[in-house]
Amino acid sequence: MNSPVTVHLPLGTAKVAARSLSVHYGEKHALQSVDLEIRAGEVTALIGPSGCGKSTFLRCINRMNDMVDGARVSGSLTLDGSDIYDRSLDVVQLRARVGMVFQKPNPFPKSIYDNIAYGPRIHGLARNQDELDEIVMTSLERAGLLAEVKDRLTESGTGLSGGQQQRLCIARAIAVGPEVILMDEPCSALDPIATAKVEELIDDLRDNYTIVIVTHSMQQAARVSQRTAFFHLGKLIEVGDTEQIFTNPQQPLTQGYITGRFG
Amino acid sequence: MQLLILTIVLLALTGIGFSTGRRRALAVVEGNPRLLHSLPNHHGYLVALWCGIPALLVVVGWLAFEPSLLHALVISALPPELTEMSDERLSLVYNEVRNVALNGQTAGSDAVAEAARHYLSLRQTLFGATAVVALVLAVAGLAWARARINRDLRARNRVEQIVTIFLVMASTVAIFTTIGIVLSLLFESLRFFHFVPVTEFLFGTAWSPQMAIRADQVGSSGAFGAVPLFAGTMLIAGIALLVAVPLGLLSAIYMSEYALPRFRSVVKPMLEILAGIPTVVYGFFAALTVAPFIRDLGTSLGLTVASESALAAGLVMGIMIIPFVSSLSDDVISAVPQSLREGAYGLGATKSETIKQVVIPAALPGIVGGVLLAASRAIGETMIVVMAAGLAANLTANPLEAVTTVTTQIVTLLVGDQEFDSPKTLAAFALGLALFTITLALNAVALHIVNKYREKYD
Repeated sequence: MNSPVTVHLPLGTAKVAARSLSVHYGEKHALQSVDLEIRAGEVTALIGPSGCGKSTFLRCINRMNDMVDGARVSGSLTLDGSDIYDRSLDVVQLRARVGMVFQKPNPFPKSIYDNIAYGPRIHGLARNQDELDEIVMTSLERAGLLAEVKDRLTESGTGLSGGQQQRLCIARAIAVGPEVILMDEPCSALDPIATAKVEELIDDLRDNYTIVIVTHSMQQAARVSQRTAFFHLGKLIEVGDTEQIFTNPQQPLTQGYITGRFG
Repeated sequence: MQLLILTIVLLALTGIGFSTGRRRALAVVEGNPRLLHSLPNHHGYLVALWCGIPALLVVVGWLAFEPSLLHALVISALPPELTEMSDERLSLVYNEVRNVALNGQTAGSDAVAEAARHYLSLRQTLFGATAVVALVLAVAGLAWARARINRDLRARNRVEQIVTIFLVMASTVAIFTTIGIVLSLLFESLRFFHFVPVTEFLFGTAWSPQMAIRADQVGSSGAFGAVPLFAGTMLIAGIALLVAVPLGLLSAIYMSEYALPRFRSVVKPMLEILAGIPTVVYGFFAALTVAPFIRDLGTSLGLTVASESALAAGLVMGIMIIPFVSSLSDDVISAVPQSLREGAYGLGATKSETIKQVVIPAALPGIVGGVLLAASRAIGETMIVVMAAGLAANLTANPLEAVTTVTTQIVTLLVGDQEFDSPKTLAAFALGLALFTITLALNAVALHIVNKYREKYD
C-alpha cells in the first residue's frame, strides 16, 4: 500500500485546509490523516471507490458528521484560516457559509418559492418581502431554473422532475449566499440530460463560489473540475490539477482507478 | 356430533383431492413438471377446491334451512285439532315438541309425543340426505376435476381466480355490515320520527326522555331535544383534545427527535400502556380522584363546581387518548425521510427550526389522522362520562357543570324495561344515527383538509 502523498499549495489560496484530519465512526477509521487544501474559486472533485472516505471528508467541511452517532474528528480543518471544529464556532453560521447539495434531490414539501426562501428566512437575510423576492429570483436565475418555473412558483417543489429538483436544491443553497458549496454525488440520481444541465451549472457557479464535488463518474470529474483528489480506503492518495491526474497520475493506485482496473 | 364427523370426512376428502390431483398432474407429464402449464401444487389445489367447495356449500345450506324446513314439515303433520289453533299457541306447541324431542322433556299429550318422534326421524332423514348429497358431490367433483387434468390445463389461473373471489368476499363483509348497521339505524330512527318531529329532535334544547307507562300518568310526554347532548359531547371531547393534542404531539416530538434510543425504548411502551387501561378504570380515577380534586380546588378559589363535572371527565379522557396522538405522530415523524432533515441542517437551520418548519409540516397528514382517531375515541367514549360527568342534560358551555353525552344517553335509554316501540327506546337509534352522521362528516372534512394542505415528500 502506498503512503499518502501530501501536496502543499502556496499558502493564502486555500479556502478550506485539512491538516492530519482523521475521522472515526465508532471503531471504524473512516478518514486517516488527510492533508488537503481546497482552493477558492475552483471546482475540486473528490473521487475514489465506494467507502474510500470522500463523502466523509465532504461532510466534515459543514460538520454534517456531527449528527452521526459515534463520529469523532481529530486533526485540523480550517475555513479561511479559522478552525471549523473550534468550540466557539457556531455550526449554524458555518452552514450558512458552506452550503450543501445532496445525492438525492431533497426539496422540502413546500412551494418552489418557499424552498428557496427557506434559508434566507431562517438567517434573516431579507428585510422585507421585496428583498426576499429578489433573492429567490436571483437564486433561481443563477441555478438556471427561472425560465422553467417562473409561472409556477407556488406549486410544490416535489412536483418537479428529478433534474429540476436538483437544480432547485442548488438554488436553495445559493440563496443563503454561501462561500463554499459542497455537492455529494449531485447527479447520481439524474438522467444524462439533467446531468449535463447540472454540470453546466456547476461550471457557471465556479466564478462566485468554491465548489467541492464528490462523484463516482470520472468523466464528470474531468468535465467539471479544475482539481481532483483521489481517495482510497480512507486515505488521500493523490491530489493535483484535474488534467494532470487524468493524463499523468503519479501514483499507481490512481492510475489503476482512473483506467478502470478497480473500484 | 354427526355434523362434525361429516365435516372431518369432507376435509379429509379435500386433502385426498389435493394429493391425488398433484400426483395425477405429475403422472400426465411422466414426472417432468416443466411440461405442465401450472405447477403440480396448483393442480392439487384445483382438485381440492372442486372437491371441497360444492360439498361444504351443501352442508352450509342445510345448516341455514334445517330449522325452517323442520318447522314446516312437523307442523303440517300435526293432527288437525292442534293446527287449528292461533299462531302463538301453535308456536308454543312446536316449542314443546322440540323440547320433548331434544331435551327429554315429558310430552303433555300423545299428539305431542308423536310429533316429537316425527321431528327426530325427519331430522335424521334430512341430515342423512344432506350427508349423502355432500359426499356424492365431493367424490364427483374430485373425480371430474382429476379427469380434466392435462398438461395445458390452466390450473394456476383457475385457483387464483377462486382465491380472488374469496378475497373479495372477505372484504365485502365489512361493507355489508356497515350498510346493515346504517339501515337498521335509519329504519328505527324513522319510527322515532313518527313520534317526535325531526326539527324538535335536532333543534330542541330540552332533553327529558320520560314516557309515561300509563296514558293518564303525569308528564306523559317527554322532551326529545338533542342539542344539550351534542353540546355536552362536544364540550367533553373538546376538553379531552385540548389535553391530548398538545401533550401527545410534544411527547411524540421529544420521543422521535430528541430522546436517546434507550429512553425511547422504555418510555414509548409505557405510554402505550395508557391505551390498554380499561375505560372503567379511568372512570374510577375520574370519579373518585379527579372530580373531587377539581371540586375542592374550585371551592378554594371561590367557584361553584359540581361534584360531577365536564372538566373532570374531559381531563381524564384526554389522558386516555394521549397514546393515540403520540404513538401515531411518533411513527409518522420518524417516517419523514432523513434527507429532508439534512437538507434543512445543510442550510444552517437549527434543530428546532428543522422540526417546526420541515418535519412537522411533512408529517402533518399522519398527525391529523392520529388526532382524528383520538377525537372519534373521545366522542364515542361512554364509561368515563357516566362515572364522572353525570347524566344531567344541561345545555351549558361551563366545564365546571355536570353535562351528559350522546353515547351515555343511548346507554341509559336502552338499559331499562321500556318496550321497544316507545319513543324513549327509539330515541336511542335516532341519537346513534345523528352521532354517526356527525362523525362521518367530521372525517370527510378532515380528509379534505389533509388532502388540501398535505406536503408530499416523495
